[in-house]
Amino acid sequence: MTIKHHLSDSLLIAYSAGQLPEAFNLVVATHVSMCDDCRAALGAFDAVGGGMVESAGEVAVSHDSLAATLALIAAQTPVADAPARPAGIFPVPLANYVGGDLDAVKWRSLGMGVRQAILPTAKGASVRLLHIPAGQAMPDHGHRGMELTLVLQGAFSDGVGRYNRGDVDVETEATRHTPVAEAGPPCICLSATDAPLRFTNFVPRMLQPLFRI
Amino acid sequence: MDRRNANMMIEGQILEKMDAWAGPRGYAALAKAMSPALGRSFVSFGHDDVDWVALLIAVRDRQDKAAFAALFRHFAPRIKAFLMKSGANAALAEECAQDVMATLWQKAHLFDPGRASVATWVFTIARNRRIDALRKSRRPEPEDLPWGPEAGPDQVEVMEMQQETDRLGAALALLPAKQRALIERAYYGDLTHSEIANETGLPLGTIKSRIRLALERLRHHMT
Repeated sequence: MTIKHHLSDSLLIAYSAGQLPEAFNLVVATHVSMCDDCRAALGAFDAVGGGMVESAGEVAVSHDSLAATLALIAAQTPVADAPARPAGIFPVPLANYVGGDLDAVKWRSLGMGVRQAILPTAKGASVRLLHIPAGQAMPDHGHRGMELTLVLQGAFSDGVGRYNRGDVDVETEATRHTPVAEAGPPCICLSATDAPLRFTNFVPRMLQPLFRI
Repeated sequence: MDRRNANMMIEGQILEKMDAWAGPRGYAALAKAMSPALGRSFVSFGHDDVDWVALLIAVRDRQDKAAFAALFRHFAPRIKAFLMKSGANAALAEECAQDVMATLWQKAHLFDPGRASVATWVFTIARNRRIDALRKSRRPEPEDLPWGPEAGPDQVEVMEMQQETDRLGAALALLPAKQRALIERAYYGDLTHSEIANETGLPLGTIKSRIRLALERLRHHMT
């Protein structure tokens, strides 16, 4: 598997610094789980954070601080090792949100075979799983904010690029696209937006409040 | 020549210059020597005198309290300063610094010195604690890459990683004040993602490729 479409440096820095809304954090964590290039880039940005800690200066801690910390340690329970990599198509961070793999998703139909499942996250941005049958297009839409779409199964094209499993499509206000699922198994994507999508034809716009897309 | 190649060429030139300046004394010495000219005091990047990795491994393998105390004396005041610069008051920063150091003990077995310096690892723990403390949004972590039975990093790899971090520390210290301030604001939580620039101007390509190699080793042992 070769991943061609990666996260931008600014997104990785914001994730490293802990400055992204939860919905975006989930897409970044899921992509990084699949992409060693972005994992290495994230490691480099974390190293910048390490430099920030080293150069933050020093503020004296209280006299009993070390003793208090050793008391905290004495009360600790050991942390378990990381769970084994799940066998399904969802990497660990996404599987944790869904509560399982693809078969655990609670889909809602949007018509024409398109389905979505909104995952619960904090306000400020939203994230959903999308199920798009082969050959089916998502309604043509623009973006008021930023949209990240990560492919988990199948592939889609939007007239500009082709996105396979692991690829992430970063769209901003300036771009408008019509993703179409390619032939083969249904395209399953994880998609986060920090503003409601803006549909360019009338009917989907009326349905927007109904479907919360 | 595309933008990526152009950046890598510039990065190569910066690193060559830094190597020439630093000479045999190393990057920490270079940054220390430069600090009067830069008009700000240089704070040690840590790895020139003390082997933090060895201390952390002593904590991991032997629950060595003396090693932990040495790590605590160096890092706790820096974590407290980092958290206060991120907007926490002194009492909250003190409490969180203790939590961060306790987590460092608890998770010592998860630290991979072939992929990160101790300072980098401390940063990730402090960042997560800051997110909790300031009730920022939940931050799911990427899937862990566990070490295989024989996948522990070798000494050369660890040493190179620590040197790379020193080099990055020196590069940070030598950045023009304005640019450094921008990067600091991003890490202290003052910038939203849309305000963060794609180009940091830091020579990160080499540290990236080192981590990439460490990941390949891990992947190799996982299959």
